[in-house]
Amino acid sequence: MESMGNLHPSTLSTKDLHWRILWSKEKCTLCGRCTAVCPVQAIELGVHRKRAVNVSLGIKETPATAFTVYHGIDQRTDAAYACIGCAMCNLVCPNEAIIPVHNDEIDKQRFHINTGGVPRRRGGRRNSPGSLLDQIKFVRISMLTDPALDAGRHEFELRTLLGRILPAEEALLFSRENGWIPPVREIYPLLIGSMSFGALSPTMWEGLQMGIAYLNEELGMPVRMCTGEGGCPPRLLRSRFLKYVILQIASGYFGWDEIIHALPEMKEDPCAVEIKYGQGAKPGDGGLLMWYKVNSLIARVRGVPAGVSLPSPPTHQTKYSIEESVAKMIQSMYMAWGFRVPVYPKISATSTTNAVLNNLTRNPYAGGLAIDGEDGGTGAAYNVSMDHMGYPIASNIRDAYLNLVKIGKQNEVPLFAGGGIGKNGNLAANAAALIMLGASGVQIGKYAMQAAAGCLGSETDRCNVCNIGLCPKGITSQDPRLYRRLDPEKVAERLVDMYLSFDTELKKVVAPLGRSTSLPIGMSDALGIADKSAAERLQIQYVV
Amino acid sequence: MCRLFSITSRDPLSPMIALEALNVMKEGHDGSGVGLYLTDLGGEFAGYKHCPILSGIFTKEGLKKLNEYMTTRGFVAKHEVVIRPSMSPPTGTPRRDAYLFAVYEYPAEWMDLSREERSLRFMITRLQLRQMGIEDGGSMMIFSFWPDVIMLKEIGDPMEVADYLGLDKHRILARSMLAQGRQNTNYAITLYACHPFFIQGVATMTNGENTAFVPIREFLSSRNCPGYIGYQSDSEVFTHIMHYTHYRLGMGLEAYKHIITPLKDEELDRHPDGKWLRLLKHTCRPLIIDGPNCVMGFLPDKTMFVVQDSKKLRPGIVGGKPGLYAISSEMCGLDYVIPDRDKSQDFQPMKYDVVYVGPDRAEVKKWNQWETFTHPR
Repeated sequence: MESMGNLHPSTLSTKDLHWRILWSKEKCTLCGRCTAVCPVQAIELGVHRKRAVNVSLGIKETPATAFTVYHGIDQRTDAAYACIGCAMCNLVCPNEAIIPVHNDEIDKQRFHINTGGVPRRRGGRRNSPGSLLDQIKFVRISMLTDPALDAGRHEFELRTLLGRILPAEEALLFSRENGWIPPVREIYPLLIGSMSFGALSPTMWEGLQMGIAYLNEELGMPVRMCTGEGGCPPRLLRSRFLKYVILQIASGYFGWDEIIHALPEMKEDPCAVEIKYGQGAKPGDGGLLMWYKVNSLIARVRGVPAGVSLPSPPTHQTKYSIEESVAKMIQSMYMAWGFRVPVYPKISATSTTNAVLNNLTRNPYAGGLAIDGEDGGTGAAYNVSMDHMGYPIASNIRDAYLNLVKIGKQNEVPLFAGGGIGKNGNLAANAAALIMLGASGVQIGKYAMQAAAGCLGSETDRCNVCNIGLCPKGITSQDPRLYRRLDPEKVAERLVDMYLSFDTELKKVVAPLGRSTSLPIGMSDALGIADKSAAERLQIQYVV
Repeated sequence: MCRLFSITSRDPLSPMIALEALNVMKEGHDGSGVGLYLTDLGGEFAGYKHCPILSGIFTKEGLKKLNEYMTTRGFVAKHEVVIRPSMSPPTGTPRRDAYLFAVYEYPAEWMDLSREERSLRFMITRLQLRQMGIEDGGSMMIFSFWPDVIMLKEIGDPMEVADYLGLDKHRILARSMLAQGRQNTNYAITLYACHPFFIQGVATMTNGENTAFVPIREFLSSRNCPGYIGYQSDSEVFTHIMHYTHYRLGMGLEAYKHIITPLKDEELDRHPDGKWLRLLKHTCRPLIIDGPNCVMGFLPDKTMFVVQDSKKLRPGIVGGKPGLYAISSEMCGLDYVIPDRDKSQDFQPMKYDVVYVGPDRAEVKKWNQWETFTHPR
């Protein structure tokens, strides 16, 4: 018997794919825009031969077969070209003739995206729609002695601090004796977390920077953004806007040659320096900028050759132990700016967070700790790292805060939480919950990409091609044909909208709780959840 | 809403005057409890200025335990007033065996101790007795153990409780007093939740709700001060913050005000001491209060004060005449006690103000957060 020569183990049908393209022959104008825009060439022109049987009514003529040809769309079923569900085809179609939809069962393509023995890598998010943060409610509505506050009319002070804060006794003593008081920044509690120049396109970065400048200079909101590991454009380093930037140093030290050389020409100190030891999306793994995205501009800023993949090692080369590494690097970074800039580490949320934190409490220079939970996003990671590694942020930040309370240093080492904040759109509620669990502020990435730039990612494996430079919205691409789709002015405008609406929503959360004079850090009595074990774990109220 | 009355006078007064003021203001309180703080004592306690006075409620068993505890440690009772009510208690007031105010001579070996150490031991003695009472199911409730201070707390209508205890029959007089007329409503009802609160000469009571209570409590509880316990009321933290400011930071009322209600960041930019105040604000950030609150109290040196939180949604008025000043949550209370004062000099502190009357009771002093410090910092 003849073997089925064309059928091999990885032969898939459209039914086996994660995303299936629905196309309407009636509506299609054959304009070709969908095939042109598809970032992964999942669809191509299809020439279809169609048989028709013509049966006449009379008896003289026998039935005959006629063949026609029609043109349309073919969805490729090779896993390497599988549709990513971005729906750009739908966006550009003049007639709504095409749309990707989820298949009705778990796909088979996932078993075959390792051709050549390379496991799936992608960008984006964890693809887990659930969110514990979404379940947390604010239950302590101030009804007792006074009506709740008016979010629209009361004055609110909702800033937070970044930097090492001395105990009051020491601070007053040092103040009298002219001792060194660590630098502390008063900032807005919603930070844009580390997304590098390289991971993001130039237009996206420019848009974010413009938005931040506007928020600071026109609206008086001290919003800060972290560079991620990719350096900082030379002009920004030498501009007055540097003060709104948190420079990140990570294990690859990408971009630090440029930064160090720019030091004598800096007009302002940066807001802070973040030392990245880990991130939530790929805990314990290094950074990765794939070669597709390393163009000459990125290469110049990072001080590397163009067109090569840039993996940062998981560990810092100088690292013997976290104590030593943290201590050394924090000291070095402080020295670079004459002890005027706060320096703090960022780690992946982990069951060993408190060990790191305890170390920081004993290091008088550590200016805080950023903790990135399992829901953190990334530009590039192995699928297994994104989906299965890491620790949820809510319980990790709570543990860390309660640990600080136990040793009395809850005001000294501010905690910043990241990972999955606003993953389902509930940015202010998620941020407020984390603040009341003990965070001094929160860091976001994906939310800003979605709200300010229209990122198409979702928690059901949509798009996720941030890693290969094919971002159809131009957010994470270094290809000018793609990133020109993104107007930086519009990104800035949307970022400002996002912050203003967040600010209103945050007030709508804290005002009914009777809070306005300071950020309600650790106000856990306001929180409740309808999950008994979660309530016990977080030490908040169980409410049903 | 609580009704509060605070008074300071050159001449010793009966506590009944403060309770009568509460009664005048009764429209606004539910008569569910009474708390009294008396200091700068006259009457039969006048001669014991430097000896600690224990104030509390005891069962018969509790009195025995107390006696044994104090004797073992070398305390010698010098004078005491024990109220053992024989009548039926008013509605809502539990029957108690004894209300005790006892003056002790402290152990001879304490004479050589520094004042700080002695004051710490007074506090620890109070805490140990309080703990004994909690552990044995309520044989004693201890409100204060401090020289020249008497405290009383009870459930029930203030005037009815006073009549029941015959407060006017004893020669308990004081120049400075705090009186409060309601049980705690925010948390469980217990006498330890009843204002005023006291720690090492600092006493305060509050009209309001402190919505920042939990983070403040966590901060205070982690300061390693044995006295920062309790917190059955969200207002107890006001007393402890004052204590922290005074004892730990070595500062006074101005700093207290800047700690609990710091100026906003942009206000600090315009303040002559902005840099230093910003440091204070940063380092004491967890002590920033919230909610509407009017805090009145006494410092260890008998200075009477009142401050509002930065929202100023609570009433509070200061008035009087040289030698006699009062702070009242309602003007009618003040009118009742000092009707012949110059009312044009009455003052209702607003969000930036600190108002105080020094131990000389000569005048009402006003200070606000835009001014420079008058006390050492």
